Amino acid sequence: MKPIKPFIFITCLIFSAAVSSFSNAQLSYERILNAQDEPQNWLTYNGGYMAQRHSLLDQINKNNVDNLELKWVLQNQVFGAWQSNPIVVDGIMYVTERPNSVMAVDAVTGRVFWKYRHQNADNALVCCGANNRGVAVLNDKVYMGTLDAHLVALDRVNGQLLWTAEVGDVDLAYSVTMAPLAVKDKIMVGVGGGEFGIRGYVAAFDAETGEEAWKTYTIPGPGEPGHDSWEGDDWEHGGAPVWITGSFDPELNLTYWGVGNPGPDWNAGQRPGDNLYSDSAIALNADTGELEWYFQFTPNDAYDYDSVQVPVLADMVWRGEPKKLMLWANRNGYFYVLDRTNGEFLEGKPYVQVNWSSGLDENGRPIPTPQPEGMPTYPGNQGGTNWYPPSFSPSTGLFYFSAWENYATIYRAEESEYIPGRAFLGGGFSVLAPSPGAPTIGIGRTNPINNWTDEVGYAALKAMDPQTGEAVWSYNQFDVSDSGMLTTASDLLFTGGREGYFHAIDAQSGDLLWNVGLGGQIVMAPVTFMVNGVQYVSVISGNSLSTFALED
Amino acid sequence: MVGASLMLFVGSGSNAQEVGDHQYTTEAIERGSRIYSRECALCHGPQGDIVDGVNLRSGVFKSVQSDEDLRQVVFSGAGQGQMPAFGLNDADLSAIVAYIRAGFDPDGVAVRIGDPGRGQSLFQGKGECANCHRVNGIGPRTAPDLSEIGVIRTPASLQRNLLDPATAILPINRPVRIITRGEETVIGRRLNEDTYTVQVIDSEERLRSFRKADLVSYEISMRPSKGPTALSSDEVADVVGYLLTLRGQ
Repeated sequence: MKPIKPFIFITCLIFSAAVSSFSNAQLSYERILNAQDEPQNWLTYNGGYMAQRHSLLDQINKNNVDNLELKWVLQNQVFGAWQSNPIVVDGIMYVTERPNSVMAVDAVTGRVFWKYRHQNADNALVCCGANNRGVAVLNDKVYMGTLDAHLVALDRVNGQLLWTAEVGDVDLAYSVTMAPLAVKDKIMVGVGGGEFGIRGYVAAFDAETGEEAWKTYTIPGPGEPGHDSWEGDDWEHGGAPVWITGSFDPELNLTYWGVGNPGPDWNAGQRPGDNLYSDSAIALNADTGELEWYFQFTPNDAYDYDSVQVPVLADMVWRGEPKKLMLWANRNGYFYVLDRTNGEFLEGKPYVQVNWSSGLDENGRPIPTPQPEGMPTYPGNQGGTNWYPPSFSPSTGLFYFSAWENYATIYRAEESEYIPGRAFLGGGFSVLAPSPGAPTIGIGRTNPINNWTDEVGYAALKAMDPQTGEAVWSYNQFDVSDSGMLTTASDLLFTGGREGYFHAIDAQSGDLLWNVGLGGQIVMAPVTFMVNGVQYVSVISGNSLSTFALED
Repeated sequence: MVGASLMLFVGSGSNAQEVGDHQYTTEAIERGSRIYSRECALCHGPQGDIVDGVNLRSGVFKSVQSDEDLRQVVFSGAGQGQMPAFGLNDADLSAIVAYIRAGFDPDGVAVRIGDPGRGQSLFQGKGECANCHRVNGIGPRTAPDLSEIGVIRTPASLQRNLLDPATAILPINRPVRIITRGEETVIGRRLNEDTYTVQVIDSEERLRSFRKADLVSYEISMRPSKGPTALSSDEVADVVGYLLTLRGQ
């Protein structure tokens, strides 16, 4: 009998210590709403409804960041760019794997509790890789969109499938790659397929049952305002996908989404008009999906300048007045400041070389300067930036994002026939290179040798001051970067790049404080969380999810 | 064919010599170019070299050998879903194969191809190529090894490298001049570079890697180490003819 007593005693101790961090407490809407009150968690794709990717944790700071050490690594079992963004709730990390698996992971050890695999339909089609960018968690469920355009709800505790809802028609090349957005009692997703002539939309589903609650097309139908920005039946297959998670302002009850390119991508002449609401920011009522306002960045786009950037929300005194702002570094090369109560254009300036437009008028509409055939357009097809999630730090007042410098594309437009479920691109492009046939930059990096070099393009991490629309500083990398950003209350900025370095940078000065070579391209954003009093930072590089904390 | 000075379209390049002349029409190559842009370029890249282990433009594949293999992969997909199936019709499949086999060059710029035997003599002698370039295990390693150059370059590209190397040199190959803190000066050719480091082969054929923060200076020359060739146009055609025969093991 003797050995049993201490055993019971120890068990009780562990139980009481664990209750606070490993409870099965529901992740209620109210908790997500007040995500800033529990900085130990990372509750949404972008860390909270404002989508600032700013954590109030400060255990890791400028003085000790040098002492970061690797705590664990989770290896992906699937080839291809791992773009997923983990969510961390009470010590458990939820992360997706290509094409559509979800894992629940112990955030302290990296060991996997359960794994769910979704079997996609054989004809699922995506333009740019079998990507998935993560889950949403609400109450006792985990939600994931799928390549075959479904939304699945899983039991958060055991990973069992609870329901599946059809989001779009896979035969018409609809897909879901974004992490869903959970608001109140609904789960919202947008659809991909902008290269296949879809008609885009955002749809909301009942979080309990999976029943569709509303669906708002990003291309207005006949009789709706904006429909006259299309001719003939172009609107029926005009693209305008939504493939990046939106943000939410609970006071205004508005959700915000970035809308992608019109189709066919590169032949603007084939679809005359502004092509609303392609390449726009849209504000949708969270309960009804009704369109409250829109702002179009690139009317009649000929360059694939998707506006699928994360709508970053910031409340700040802007030029002497308290404002509810939306900050937006657009793929088209301009940085914008919008009033998010009504979509009013407040400011816009180019942050990289731009020659498709000579500037913006007082309403923010670009003045087009299309380049002659065969001449390079700046920025190139992947844009001045793209979907990589930025960060806004209320502490520094700066907006951080990955830009591509010195990168241009020569476009070729041609007539495209719309065939349901097939590519609908309207031409092609080549990346400007210093000599004929020289290697150029692709969508991702698979070569350990950078044989295209900075002469084809390079990365600049820019720290933008929303007050001026100018970069306060910029941190360059030799290769381009698809990495997102993370800032903390201790004014650290964590980011990566295609070279596989994971950097900690002084968010005020732009000085490099620490870095480590992780070997594989970083094509997502880092996240931070705390378990049992220890702050962790996780980042995905290549096929590895690496988690760091300070030395014990 | 060997021995005669013949006109060869760039588009039918070195690979076309294997599949036989005139197998694919210029129209097919042109059509393939459009299909490639539409269906393939997003993943494979404009130069066909983005997917690891595959270089479509120069005919490097994971499993494909014959044109029929190529059609099959495009039609049915490959790599357990990494490459999706493209249900193209027969003519479109032929066009895409034509474009890939043509080395991605639909423009049809004619390049003179001379006598490989004479070209080899020029390469090793008067042309001074072998002073820096290595072929099949013979020669220095300071300049790029040319043992497979006939596979990875088109005739037009080879000709341009001889006539106007400054506009033809690939940026990664640019000569570099490095001065270390230890006051060593290193002249070499760049092999790789990232934000914090650079890898070179130096003039003594040593592989060297440097942290940029440790260097006093690091200069990249925009001029290749060799200027335009002094060879005559007939001689250039011969050298191009020889280079096209260099197809590795």
